Amino acid sequence: MIIQGKDQVVLQYEHFQQLLVVLNSRGYQVVGPTVRDGAIVYDTLTEVSDLPVGYTDEQEGGTYRLKRRADNALFGYAVGPHSWKKFLHPPVLRLWRATREEHGFQVIPENQEAPKLAFLGVRSCELHAMAIQDAVFMRPGYTDPTYQLRRNNLCIVAINCGQAGGTCFCTSMHTGPKATAGFDLALTEVLDADRHYFVVEVGTELGTEILQELPHTEANKDDIQLAEDIVASTAEHMGRSMDTTGIKDLLYRNLEHPRWEDVASRCLTCSNCTMVCPTCFCTTVEDVTDLAGEHAERWRKWDSCFTMDFSYISGGSIRSSTKSRYRQWMTHKLGTWIDQFGTSGCVGCGRCITWCPVGIDITEEVRAIRESDNAPATKAKEQ
Amino acid sequence: MQTLESILVGHPFFKELKPQYLQLITGCASNVRFNAGTYMLREGAEASQFYLIRHGKVALEIPAAQRGHITIETIEAGEVLGWSWLFPPYRWHFSARVVEPVRAIALDGTCLRAKGEEDHDLGYELMKRVAHIMMERLQATRMQLLDVYGVGARGGL
Amino acid sequence: MIANVPDPMLPQLFRVQRVRREIPDTFTLELEPEEGVEIPPFASGQFNMLYVFGVGEIPISISGDPARRRPLVHTTRAVGTVSKAMRALKPEDVIGVRGPFGSHWPIERALGKDVVIVAGGIGLAPLRSAMYQIISHREKYGKVVLLYGARTPEDILYRREVEHWPAHFDLEVYVTVDNATGKWRGSVGVVTRLIPRAPFDPLNTVAMICGPEIMMRFTAAEFEKRGVATESIFVSMERNMKCAIGQCGHCQYGPHFVCKDGPVFQYSHVQDLLTKWEI
Repeated sequence: MIIQGKDQVVLQYEHFQQLLVVLNSRGYQVVGPTVRDGAIVYDTLTEVSDLPVGYTDEQEGGTYRLKRRADNALFGYAVGPHSWKKFLHPPVLRLWRATREEHGFQVIPENQEAPKLAFLGVRSCELHAMAIQDAVFMRPGYTDPTYQLRRNNLCIVAINCGQAGGTCFCTSMHTGPKATAGFDLALTEVLDADRHYFVVEVGTELGTEILQELPHTEANKDDIQLAEDIVASTAEHMGRSMDTTGIKDLLYRNLEHPRWEDVASRCLTCSNCTMVCPTCFCTTVEDVTDLAGEHAERWRKWDSCFTMDFSYISGGSIRSSTKSRYRQWMTHKLGTWIDQFGTSGCVGCGRCITWCPVGIDITEEVRAIRESDNAPATKAKEQ
Repeated sequence: MQTLESILVGHPFFKELKPQYLQLITGCASNVRFNAGTYMLREGAEASQFYLIRHGKVALEIPAAQRGHITIETIEAGEVLGWSWLFPPYRWHFSARVVEPVRAIALDGTCLRAKGEEDHDLGYELMKRVAHIMMERLQATRMQLLDVYGVGARGGL
Repeated sequence: MIANVPDPMLPQLFRVQRVRREIPDTFTLELEPEEGVEIPPFASGQFNMLYVFGVGEIPISISGDPARRRPLVHTTRAVGTVSKAMRALKPEDVIGVRGPFGSHWPIERALGKDVVIVAGGIGLAPLRSAMYQIISHREKYGKVVLLYGARTPEDILYRREVEHWPAHFDLEVYVTVDNATGKWRGSVGVVTRLIPRAPFDPLNTVAMICGPEIMMRFTAAEFEKRGVATESIFVSMERNMKCAIGQCGHCQYGPHFVCKDGPVFQYSHVQDLLTKWEI
């Protein structure tokens, strides 16, 4: 059949390996979910068996466990501690080198090079997270060359979630569960006693080309309906929810709310949330030199607003209390991000809830503040 | 040439004071001048007068061993010098040395204090105004205490 | 404003022409570009990121005249590892420069108006740059007043220039110190006390303030008390900067990135933030 944009086809489970082969043959290094150290992380995939076949996850505040499923679903789980940002916005990156010379020093820029990557198994919330990071790294006025290089060479095979995670709330953030844009192909896994296949939606020309090389059949009305039902069911079973009505102003007028003290008594400022969050983008710059003082390098590394010296200027840190740092993170993610980039910074993936060692729940914090909101008519208490 | 009363009426310290009080106070007022280098007040001396500075500059000083005289504040045109006349033991806490020649209105504090005891409405008006000056000076002094330009910050917070 | 170089994360090489000791702890660097390096145009209030080989990089206010870009002049305090290493540089030493970055003093909004510049301590550095601009087109402005607060008379930055300005240009300068010994014949007291009697028209004034945050907060409040609109008051904020291009997130101040939305801010945009602790 001639496939056109938005067409849907059926790809049988036994032909899934072929997808990896086709991607490889087109020069893509395939990365996607795999089991390692008791979690589902993102890494290089060569075979279907590299995927977390027959695994699912149980997630709650401060809890993550892998469990075996009764079936052999390829994507029967929610998101893990990794997000795709580790590929597009490298955790560690050398910016330049410098060498001392007789009369000063020379700066040697880096050759920008990056492999072509195919992301396999991208969730809708993650597609939104990438779009959010696009607004950060490719904004009017400045484009990060590292990010752009990796982003432009990407092939994205998305997955429509067949189940919601225990801490998921994408429906509250309008970021899923159905992938609607930003993918080359979007798959919905259909699995029961006598069948296992994928309903595939085409998103781009590239998606069409890839699909042409795979054995497939036209998706009929029932297949399409089945896929939609699966996604609809996922939407009904979210583990969390968040009321985002007027949330930016809610947070702006509650900067002195007593809830911040409360969360500060629990928060360890371990920065897990910022590491697992798919949109957190803060980095630091480190200048290093060898012992002889002949060679210097500047590195860019992921950083977190939870660290004590994140806000350090001569004399001390602006935000030294735990309260101020937690407040900064949450009000940035849900509030000031909107002023900065036009959308919320949160996609409702629930990672921060799952991976917080003490189970701090961002949806719960918002709820608590909303419930005893400082009315807009009264000003916040002065200290 | 301006009369004493018209000068007083124009000064912020006496803004909106009832005409009969203004007359009363004018009765306790006189024009004075001080040359540079002289002392308008001496630490420990009896605080009987206070001054509305019209021109010039006065340095409030404290002598400190090994550091000489430290100027903690200068009082300039439009400002009021001295409030110890209103509070026991009615003695000056600082010395005030004239830096730039001063023309001022001297007010008989002892006289005003007595009149304020008789007429509490007048007393209240005086208290309000002196309290306001003290409040502003306290705020300013607190800022000075913070040493905001000191090492360790571009001032910090 | 982003630097007109291909990669704003790459330092351009400059040579130290002179390290001038100003007051204790404070020094001025005068830089000349290396062969093939252009000095990009800058506006007063902006800053550069200066890199000392093998030590590190810090943001420093440009304190020179935007109309005379060579040498490139910066003033800062030597309070940390990098600034101290910078102070120890010698003429002909090479230094890395990225920039200029940030927003600028809104000189253009002061055309035809009175201009009141209030500086506290090292805050005079970026404001000197603005002063040069105003002096060179003096006729375009109304009354020009500089109010400067320093710790002691020995800490008056650019003292000779500050004394020279009122003598040679049509502007008034009032200097006050926090404390002084008997030899000082100037004012003693906080700089905010100079505002009620300073000669400017509150309804037709642009006020530019730079100094410690507390000082800026109280100074802006004094201007407001005198009737200056909060849209006509400007402050210069400082936060931790690493990238200087709004990417690393360190310098965030509420919704603002101080490196690109600031450091110069209209007071009405940051008024609420200024009173919030640890924001």
